[in-house]
Amino acid sequence: MSSNSFPYNEQSGGGEATELGQEATSTISPSGAFGLFSSDLKKNEDLKQMLESNKDSAKLDAMKRIVGMIAKGKNASELFPAVVKNVASKNIEIKKLVYVYLVRYAEEQQDLALLSISTFQRALKDPNQLIRASALRVLSSIRVPIIVPIMMLAIKEASADLSPYVRKNAAHAIQKLYSLDPEQKEMLIEVIEKLLKDKSTLVAGSVVMAFEEVCPDRIDLIHKNYRKLCNLLVDVEEWGQVVIIHMLTRYARTQFVSPWKEGDELEDNGKNFYESDDDQKEKTDKKKKPYTMDPDHRLLIRNTKPLLQSRNAAVVMAVAQLYWHISPKSEAGIISKSLVRLLRSNREVQYIVLQNIATMSIQRKGMFEPYLKSFYVRSTDPTMIKTLKLEILTNLANEANISTLLREFQTYVKSQDKQFAAATIQTIGRCATNILEVTDTCLNGLVCLLSNRDEIVVAESVVVIKKLLQMQPAQHGEIIKHMAKLLDSITVPVARASILWLIGENCERVPKIAPDVLRKMAKSFTSEDDLVKLQILNLGAKLYLTNSKQTKLLTQYILNLGKYDQNYDIRDRTRFIRQLIVPNVKSGALSKYAKKIFLAQKPAPLLESPFKDRDHFQLGTLSHTLNIKATGYLELSNWPEVAPDPSVRNVEVIELAKEWTPAGKAKQENSAKKFYSESEEEEDSSDSSSDSESESGSESGEQGESGEEGDSNEDSSEDSSSEQDSESGRESGLENKRTAKRNSKAKGKSDSEDGEKENEKSKTSDSSNDESSSIEDSSSDSESESEPESESESRRVTKEKEKKTKQDRTPLTKDVSLLDLDDFNPVSTPVALPTPALSPSLMADLEGLHLSTSSSVISVSTPAFVPTKTHVLLHRMSGKGLAAHYFFPRQPCIFGDKMVSIQITLNNTTDRKIENIHIGEKKLPIGMKMHVFNPIDSLEPEGSITVSMGIDFCDSTQTASFQLCTKDDCFNVNIQPPVGELLLPVAMSEKDFKKEQVLTGMNETSAVIIAAPQNFTPSVIFQKVVNVANVGAVPSGQDNIHRFAAKTVHSGSLMLVTVELKEGSTAQLIINTEKTVIGSVLLRELKPVLSQG
Amino acid sequence: MIHSLFLINSSGDIFLEKHWKSVVSRSVCDYFFEAQERATEAENVPPVIPTPHHYLLSVYRHKIFFVAVIQTEVPPLFVIEFLHRVVDTFQDYFGVCSEPVIKDNVVVVYEVLEEMLDNGFPLATESNILKELIKPPTILRTVVNTITGSTNVGDQLPTGQLSVVPWRRTGVKYTNNEAYFDVIEEIDAIIDKSGSTITAEIQGVIDACVKLTGMPDLTLSFMNPRLLDDVSFHPCVRFKRWESERILSFIPPDGNFRLLSYHMLSWDVGKINPQKLPSLKGTMSLQAGASKPDENPTINLQFKIQQLAISGLKVNRLDMYGEKYKPFKGIKYMTKAGKFQVRT
Repeated sequence: MSSNSFPYNEQSGGGEATELGQEATSTISPSGAFGLFSSDLKKNEDLKQMLESNKDSAKLDAMKRIVGMIAKGKNASELFPAVVKNVASKNIEIKKLVYVYLVRYAEEQQDLALLSISTFQRALKDPNQLIRASALRVLSSIRVPIIVPIMMLAIKEASADLSPYVRKNAAHAIQKLYSLDPEQKEMLIEVIEKLLKDKSTLVAGSVVMAFEEVCPDRIDLIHKNYRKLCNLLVDVEEWGQVVIIHMLTRYARTQFVSPWKEGDELEDNGKNFYESDDDQKEKTDKKKKPYTMDPDHRLLIRNTKPLLQSRNAAVVMAVAQLYWHISPKSEAGIISKSLVRLLRSNREVQYIVLQNIATMSIQRKGMFEPYLKSFYVRSTDPTMIKTLKLEILTNLANEANISTLLREFQTYVKSQDKQFAAATIQTIGRCATNILEVTDTCLNGLVCLLSNRDEIVVAESVVVIKKLLQMQPAQHGEIIKHMAKLLDSITVPVARASILWLIGENCERVPKIAPDVLRKMAKSFTSEDDLVKLQILNLGAKLYLTNSKQTKLLTQYILNLGKYDQNYDIRDRTRFIRQLIVPNVKSGALSKYAKKIFLAQKPAPLLESPFKDRDHFQLGTLSHTLNIKATGYLELSNWPEVAPDPSVRNVEVIELAKEWTPAGKAKQENSAKKFYSESEEEEDSSDSSSDSESESGSESGEQGESGEEGDSNEDSSEDSSSEQDSESGRESGLENKRTAKRNSKAKGKSDSEDGEKENEKSKTSDSSNDESSSIEDSSSDSESESEPESESESRRVTKEKEKKTKQDRTPLTKDVSLLDLDDFNPVSTPVALPTPALSPSLMADLEGLHLSTSSSVISVSTPAFVPTKTHVLLHRMSGKGLAAHYFFPRQPCIFGDKMVSIQITLNNTTDRKIENIHIGEKKLPIGMKMHVFNPIDSLEPEGSITVSMGIDFCDSTQTASFQLCTKDDCFNVNIQPPVGELLLPVAMSEKDFKKEQVLTGMNETSAVIIAAPQNFTPSVIFQKVVNVANVGAVPSGQDNIHRFAAKTVHSGSLMLVTVELKEGSTAQLIINTEKTVIGSVLLRELKPVLSQG
Repeated sequence: MIHSLFLINSSGDIFLEKHWKSVVSRSVCDYFFEAQERATEAENVPPVIPTPHHYLLSVYRHKIFFVAVIQTEVPPLFVIEFLHRVVDTFQDYFGVCSEPVIKDNVVVVYEVLEEMLDNGFPLATESNILKELIKPPTILRTVVNTITGSTNVGDQLPTGQLSVVPWRRTGVKYTNNEAYFDVIEEIDAIIDKSGSTITAEIQGVIDACVKLTGMPDLTLSFMNPRLLDDVSFHPCVRFKRWESERILSFIPPDGNFRLLSYHMLSWDVGKINPQKLPSLKGTMSLQAGASKPDENPTINLQFKIQQLAISGLKVNRLDMYGEKYKPFKGIKYMTKAGKFQVRT
């Protein structure tokens, strides 16, 4: 029976014996001879009956037993038909267990598995995101090739899902589909590309994982998302962080020049497969420049640093290897402390960390020297940890610390762990060769060990002394004599062989002892180990050549013994030596040189670290641990000599087409030209600025959506272009040609054709657009002076601008805004999901949009932390037991970009269910809009639920009044937003800030504040300002000026706040904005807060 | 990433297997058994074992080997850290993590593992999220489920999964709101034969048990935050705030968690009177018939000092924002011997 071949099965004994039999039944027909089978069969019948019963409890019981079988590795495949029927069960636990079963056996029962597919297809449209996600998970885990097209479709749809959780699952599904059918690669890369643009921290790690598995060489897909990934990193879940950091390490090594001063690693940029023609151009001028770090390179190093504090060892290690491989050498030192901290962790973690430290400590001793004592060995450490620590101690040894270390080593030599003691002796030998000052001390110490009681210690010492003596043989006749005496007592073959070899090499220095040793050895030859025999032969030969008078006969005797030895190596050696040393007629010319051959000066062995050659593997990888290239290991390339074009990372750039054909520049233009020739050319010829300008071209009414979507660049432009399809129909067919380039074209085009809907108030933004993009001005209405900008400058400016363009767009329909659900901070409850968005027609729309939905703007920055202020919406007394509180989570609203996001927590303080909680009649001022939460079916007693809604306050502090209704009652409630919550923080540079500040249209209001000096520290001011208003800090060059920037949620107008500290305890508070009313309200609110102690 | 997981007990039986991709035959564990034999002691089994087609990464805890099978390059710590997280989760669910407990709860174990990884990549590892998806078994719940037919499996996506504070669920309620913090310091030291200290360092942790209603936002400040320079945090701690103000600001997970751990190389002992040096004496007696001990045994010391953090670290105050009630707060200090060895 199968249990025989698997000893572990025998354990299952007794009650499980019947199950055990099933392994056999699946393959052998149940009519087999064993009585066991019949009972077994009955048991399965049992399960089948239970599965077919109409009681859920019976089904559940059956499924639990089946899962138990699977867990034990037993075959349950014959139950497949009975189990699969329950895939549509209403009971969620049964359903889950059926999923577990399906995933396990679908591969074996493909035809039957297909029966379940339609259930999943239905579930993919379920309003509950958990159900959608798990349907996708299971569907994509069923490894049945025939459903590949269904999986592909499902992945595409899910990648545009409103729920980031579903999109995360879509990213996982990509890898599954890829391993099932690699043919799908190109299509999957499209999905990866789309998901890479996703701003949700939940998705980031998973999609990078998919990227690493499906298309790690498509570095070009990363460019546009590089900065976003760097900025999101801290908030990504820990596992995603590890994957992203490893990927970005590789990225950095291909995109930036070396920050290391030594030029040794600079050659070879052959790996720069992405290098395109225009990079070449830049090469020449960049070469001469002194090294300055690319700001993007700096960004990565800076943003990963806090993660050294992670509780997750894998994250700390990932950051450490990133610093090791890409940071300037002077900065890598900060990782040592964190790595040493990890040594307190589990033995497995210690093992990996120590290995990596071992490799590092060879190259840069200095990094770990201060932590020398942390590597001292404890008697309780497992041997593998001890030897690794020893290795590191050896690497760290230098003139200054060697005496301390040797004292420490003495303790180790006495260790009861003999393997470790032997390793210590090796270590002492290595220290002796590396540090010349202590060679003698070490040698003496080792000689003392020769009288140790323990043979292993003695043997190891002999071997090490042999190596040491080889370095400086002249002075050590005494030691050799001492060792010759040891031959009488020591039995370990390696040690005996070493002594013999040593005597042979130095036979002329110990002329009296050597022949005597040979004599003794001749006696014991036959009983020696092969290793020793070979050395006896060698010793004989050497003595024969130097002292033939005394040893000729002895040697011949030994050669005769060797001639008839059992081991052919020894017989060979004997024959060879005889021919070489004993002169006879046949002996050739070689025997003349016999002495030179045998007694040549032999180079001393190098005592090297076993970790010496590991540094070519990326640290922290499996390959490094094993010192073998593992399957799927991705080489870390050498630094390019000249950095590839840094502008590829500019987010505004609409250059996808170029990236897609990395080697030669895009050819797609031709086709596009037909449609929109003129702007096309411009875009080609100019690089980054042209791209950004095509962005800025997005000024037409339709472009509004792209702005509205809260996102930058390509994606939004794509969106908008496909939007145009449906809306105007003018550019039908466009969606099929999906190069982003064309889409962007479409945008520019529509601009000029549509005429302008530019708002007057968008003046400011326009002008900044123009700065970076002078060319498109002709086609768009908006302009002002255009000034040439440096690249880095334009990078920033365009970002800013984008933000603004967005805000100034004409409003758009809600459906569209739903498409881009890139919630930075997702809704905290499932109920908040707007189900209507998933109507079939809309799903179809989603599908048509392909790569377009998600997007990536960094313009709106993450809000600063403030303690959450909760406001009462409905008191439980007036709500008949229903209490409601609300707060502003300060995140972009997922229901529409003009809306302020609001979270409402509902509590049931009664002792009965409250049913059908929903929003009733709304009394909103004109223009104000509200996205209500989905009705809540019921709220249990003591239950609490948090839902999200969005209100477009039209940038005013007017009250939104509405009714909060239950099944029986309606309560009038209202929300009046504090002015500070009508804002979203934006990131901008000081320079941009100043520029914006003085633009026409910006009204300035100001006030003087008087307060105690302790209230004017930067952190206090920051905290106070962000408490009042959702603004983002702007980095300031001066200590006395603090700047904050935000935009209003509805119109996107900039709101610039400056606090300038003056002499004495006064400060000037200045607010610049187009929105004078909000500006002055904000001023009024900020003033008292800043003044008070 | 992680292809399969095998749980192996100390006598070498595979008592649970789970696959996240296609099935890997359990015969792959033979390589593990070989290595185990070679290592003689469980703790010397290499955590990473290459085989011709797979790599076996394992952790050893509670007398169980958790062996993950992987096929392609992956940071080994990623897998190891994850496996430890699996063990922690089991402990959290069942109180103890042992072979009989895992066997008894095999269905829950399976459901949890199913949620923790998707296609071998971690999906949910926060215990509060998992507990909403799969409720830990309790006697009461088992009884209730049998009667009412309700299940242990949640049908809604846990609120934490999408929230910016994934470690906390919404709607937490307590009648007694309390927050306890234990500052526990361990001294790691090696003392040599002559009694002089070769190395000594402090490993400290702050473990918290927070049972607070709603979404409390806590700040914890220290009298002497400068002592902490080598720290690692629970993800809930706002790093920026710590950097700028040296204040721990966080929305706590519900229940027990480790808020931070720190590491110090030296500390201030204070004054000791040289006339009356403190000393500690002990004798060792051997049982009759016991074999002679090793020549130079190392002595491992264990001791505990209540109400003292040897580093001098002191919590200044704990404040709560975002909720209206007044919680009960408590701080405890303790110092104990960590790896404290005296060589002879």
